Amino acid sequence: MSTRSEVKASKKVAAAASAKRAQGLSALSDRRSYLWFLLPGFVLFAGLVGVAFIWNIILSFTKYSGVGKPRFIGFDNYVNLFQDPVFWESFLHAIMFIGAMSIVPTFLGLFIGALIFDYVAPRFGNGASAFLRGALYMPQIVPLTITGIMWVWLLDPSTGVINTFLRNIGSPAQPNWLGDANLAFWSVSVIMVWVQIGYTIVILMSGMARLDPSLSEAAQIDGASWFQRFRIITVAQLGPEIGVVLLTTTVAALKVFAPIYVMTAGGPGTATQVPAYFSYAEFFNNHRVGYGAAIATILAIILTILAIVILYVQTRQNEGAKQR
Amino acid sequence: MSEFVEVAQDGTFVVLKQPKPIKARKSELKKKNFGSWLIFFILLIVVIGWLFPFYMALINSFKTEADFTAGGPLSLPTSINFSNIIKFWNDVNFPLKLANSVVVSLVSAAIGVILSAFTAFALGIGRIRGRFWLLAVFMVAFTIPQEALIYPFYNMAKLTGLYDNLSSVIIVIGIMNIAFGTYMLSSVLEEFPVELLEAARIDGASTWRIFYSVVLPILRPTLFVLATFFFIYSWNEFLLPLVLLPSNDNQTVTVGLAITTGQWTTDPTARAAAALLGSLPSIIFFFIFQRTLMRGVTMGSVK
Repeated sequence: MSTRSEVKASKKVAAAASAKRAQGLSALSDRRSYLWFLLPGFVLFAGLVGVAFIWNIILSFTKYSGVGKPRFIGFDNYVNLFQDPVFWESFLHAIMFIGAMSIVPTFLGLFIGALIFDYVAPRFGNGASAFLRGALYMPQIVPLTITGIMWVWLLDPSTGVINTFLRNIGSPAQPNWLGDANLAFWSVSVIMVWVQIGYTIVILMSGMARLDPSLSEAAQIDGASWFQRFRIITVAQLGPEIGVVLLTTTVAALKVFAPIYVMTAGGPGTATQVPAYFSYAEFFNNHRVGYGAAIATILAIILTILAIVILYVQTRQNEGAKQR
Repeated sequence: MSEFVEVAQDGTFVVLKQPKPIKARKSELKKKNFGSWLIFFILLIVVIGWLFPFYMALINSFKTEADFTAGGPLSLPTSINFSNIIKFWNDVNFPLKLANSVVVSLVSAAIGVILSAFTAFALGIGRIRGRFWLLAVFMVAFTIPQEALIYPFYNMAKLTGLYDNLSSVIIVIGIMNIAFGTYMLSSVLEEFPVELLEAARIDGASTWRIFYSVVLPILRPTLFVLATFFFIYSWNEFLLPLVLLPSNDNQTVTVGLAITTGQWTTDPTARAAAALLGSLPSIIFFFIFQRTLMRGVTMGSVK
């Protein structure tokens, strides 16, 4: 991207910039004029998202069928929720989806990403490496609903690809992958791993590009195996990226909606019920708006806490970076 | 992880991580020995497996029903037959769904980019007091599940008469884009070279002039990354169009296909065609904007 002298020059610019930043910005005295730039975005955002969020919380304290007037019932929805086994089950599933959408993809992404980065990129060229990465990213680019449509068909018990393959190799088993309450959750989980790996690989590989290769080279000269270098050097230094990937995919797991809507509708029974779909169904299928709003509010509170954790971790990282 | 801004001659500027020492790697590290061929081969098989579902959708879309019944899903089609895709194309009125998706994605991306650029300018360059908290609010809002907003949105759309009108989804997505856009852009703008701003101030430039003539031209490539990102993001959007656009003629690709495929459960080739037609626009978009998108994905995550 740039030669070494350019890098040095721009580094100097950056050093000068940060030194001057404090005094430089105070010279930009006319701070109030910047408020006008904040106004449109902030007002629209607060007016739409802020109002909707508060409105939803208010709805969660009412009994409301969608028509007529909502009736205020205090905390009844929440009291009922905590006694509703489906509610607990849906949250249990959301937590279990963290495994399929966050933990497993992060591990696999680290491993596959490092193999591509260490073996393919230096020996077979960046083109080969970009191809592998791009291909694995493909499920990320396709809308989740379309992914769902595709997998429902692939997993069809009679005409689907998987069961046809099982028949061809003479297996008597013809599982109903999405229709069997014992299997559905695990089928969806495998699909979500397939979907998520592309994201983790892209982020983690961009992190690997940041690392200083001389450490790994020195370790190799000292006789460290690839796996030792992977474990001790790559993974250890990728802390910030791993943290971000784990947290953002956890948020995605807790929010999962479209694949459930398309593939299982939370079923069979409640086998794949998740909070997002549960609240949607309460809103628009069962016309228990207040109840749905309460589920959504609890989910929002959990995600807000997670967002604050992410923010805290990032701020701490940035401060660490400044000290270095 | 120290960073600095590099302004290239063509006006683009990138936030770079600490540069790794550029030196010739040991030549033995590049040797293609048996082990590395084996790993490459295994990775290739993994990738083929990853793409296999798309391949299945592709080959089965071109089969006639008779062909499918005779050979099952795994065999190659005996002839390339478009009738199945054409039938599905017409039955779901695919061109209309495509047009709806394009309009929603383009306009909401534009709204999102413009508003985010303003807001991020105020926070990143103007360094308005309390900007940490404002950014925190945007960040938290970005993680709030849509389910906690959707019923009020539904009510608002009905109250304003925008229910079942594309503009309801455009407005909501466009404004919600501000959260991520502001977050990303202001972290980029915090690294903006102060010299340029000072020089402009000394020359007597107004704040608007600084935004328009100094910051915007340099920020343009980043805004483009953001726009492609928003485009894909809105394209994949599901819950909002599902709730706010009930009628057939207003549905987007994701919603239209998700709802209609329910009718096709007995016709596997139609479902393959749905999967193919639904994936194709995104895949084409991905091939065109691959580099841009990859930058976008990593930009928002770790600085």
